[in-house]
Amino acid sequence: MRALHHFNGGVHPPEHKGESTLRPIQQPPLPDKLVIPLHQHIGNSAKPLVDAGDTVLKGQMIGKAEGYVSGAIHAPTSGKILSVGHEAVPHPSGLKDLCIVLEPDGLESWIDLQPIDHLNMDPSTLRNRLRDAGVVGLGGAVFPSFIKLNPGTGKRIRTLVLNGAECEPYITCDDMLMRERAREIIEGAAIMRHMLHAEEVMIGIEDNKPQAISAMREAAGQSMEVVAVPTIYPGGGAKQLIRVLTGIEVPAGERSTDLGVQCFNVATAASVYRAIRYGEPVLSRIVTVTGNVKNPGNFEALVGTQMAHLIDQAGPLEGSAGAIMGGPMMGFDLPSTAVPVVKATNCIIVKSDALFPEKPQPMPCIRCARCAESCPADLQPQELYWFAKAGNFGKAQEYALFDCIECGCCTYVCPSHIPLVQFYRYAKSEIWAQEREKKAADLARIRHDLRLERIEREKREKAERLAQKSAQAKTVEHSQPEQK
Amino acid sequence: MLDAIIVMSGLALFLGGVLGYASIRFHVQGNALVEKIDAILPQTQCAQCGFPGCRPYAEAIAEGRADINQCPPGGDANIHKLADLLGVEFKSLNASHGEPKPKSVAFIDESTCIGCTLCLQACPVDAICGAPKQMHTIIAQECTGCELCIAPCPVDCIFMVPIQENISNWKWKQPAYLKGAA
Repeated sequence: MRALHHFNGGVHPPEHKGESTLRPIQQPPLPDKLVIPLHQHIGNSAKPLVDAGDTVLKGQMIGKAEGYVSGAIHAPTSGKILSVGHEAVPHPSGLKDLCIVLEPDGLESWIDLQPIDHLNMDPSTLRNRLRDAGVVGLGGAVFPSFIKLNPGTGKRIRTLVLNGAECEPYITCDDMLMRERAREIIEGAAIMRHMLHAEEVMIGIEDNKPQAISAMREAAGQSMEVVAVPTIYPGGGAKQLIRVLTGIEVPAGERSTDLGVQCFNVATAASVYRAIRYGEPVLSRIVTVTGNVKNPGNFEALVGTQMAHLIDQAGPLEGSAGAIMGGPMMGFDLPSTAVPVVKATNCIIVKSDALFPEKPQPMPCIRCARCAESCPADLQPQELYWFAKAGNFGKAQEYALFDCIECGCCTYVCPSHIPLVQFYRYAKSEIWAQEREKKAADLARIRHDLRLERIEREKREKAERLAQKSAQAKTVEHSQPEQK
Repeated sequence: MLDAIIVMSGLALFLGGVLGYASIRFHVQGNALVEKIDAILPQTQCAQCGFPGCRPYAEAIAEGRADINQCPPGGDANIHKLADLLGVEFKSLNASHGEPKPKSVAFIDESTCIGCTLCLQACPVDAICGAPKQMHTIIAQECTGCELCIAPCPVDCIFMVPIQENISNWKWKQPAYLKGAA
């Protein structure tokens, strides 16, 4: 038995996981329309490769990765492109973004799939294949995986951690995936281990998922270690899980990669396996649909499926009021359910007043420091709150605002019901906006200086030319009388 | 007596050397205060302050020739920063220099543009692309929204377009329902 470490803080919210694990993963019927956003990952939006009226095959690339940090987007089924334009997307702002609308033809005709012989391919080509397959982190952060599979020159990854903790209440998509497709995850982990040359692989699963643990242990055999970790939220945060499994605390501003540990979600490992073994790009993901529905469960939904379509499959009950994408701790209220499932959609919770009663009116902070006790990142949330509220963002940054993982433990324990995490999100986005403005101002300053320099140079050159001309004229005047 | 003179003058020579070296080694390039003020100004180069650009305005503030409340694009937020930097009282924006507007970029109606290059010459950051008798266009990422290109245009084909909120520049709002509570 491996000796486990622990992180400070954490909370034990009601789990609500049992409801959605009663049924196996279901295949919802093919929807009439798929709306596929081009920005489903961290980094640049993909560049559309198709136009309205084109017919596409299942698995065909319809959006090309643009720039280094980006990922490709594919047609989840065969059909006709209806339009390329701005559509509603699952985003807390409710704003629209560029999407490709696809009308499925129901034929499911695939492109020519080309499995990849990863053992005989150089790592850089292999990473490009994963990038073109649109493989991104399916744990929720949707960071392009090929970048994380490149440890960089001179760095060595000793430990590969697979994250099957799934600590957030209600969400069970990873649990069901591990129960039903443990072999795919293990094979994917083996490919990742090969790419990173990692010495050991550790798979962390919270001990509230005994079936997933035994399925994964069976599939892993002796090659990888499946570790049951204590159930505590947010034990599935990458930094928290790494700390529990290895005892390594990732310092502020550093990445676990620098310390020889790389962490991937179990669903990402499964999609790596499918991309390499079958050449299949990421076309679907497992989505938990739960909350105020008759048959909560997990669905293998095509990317672009309207969330309302999935909720209909689960049977919404009376008194449904809105929905959350993600979990109750870190998720956000959807502006509407007429938005598509994206690669980041792990869970849809249908809300009702009984399940999510209205929060009491916030009261003043009484400086009880319960938030600090619960903070898994060892921050001082009460201080961050004061600084964010006062607009003193520089000070908030000094108090390590950007080490906040927005897990919501502080909000959960706050006896005054202050929406602390909302303040941190607000402060972070203000700081990012200020940085963008600063960058733009610096660019404008440089361009203005260069322009002044150019005008000055042109003036000087003109004066020199004039001087030269008049000097020439003078010599001509002087020389002419001599010739006479 | 002689020892004391030698020691003291030796010490004086040594310390003088150190000071001389320090003044070269740690020499501050240019006027540090002007740099700091210039770093706060928004670099729109719009000249609404009455000076031909952000740096001349920064120099004027540093020399006490101009007040800190003459920059409409910077708005109250920048006046606060300048007041903090200079240790003076905050004063609200002097309306005679203009009102703060939502951030915009210029847009050229290309069907009306006659290719006169007057706007190219007016643009303080070279954000307009074009040539004589060729259509002009704005490089939106580099436009500061200074509006200096609008006046010279003989056919009035340049408009200001406010920058719309989109997914990438959207910001979380400050939770509003805490008003009154502290």
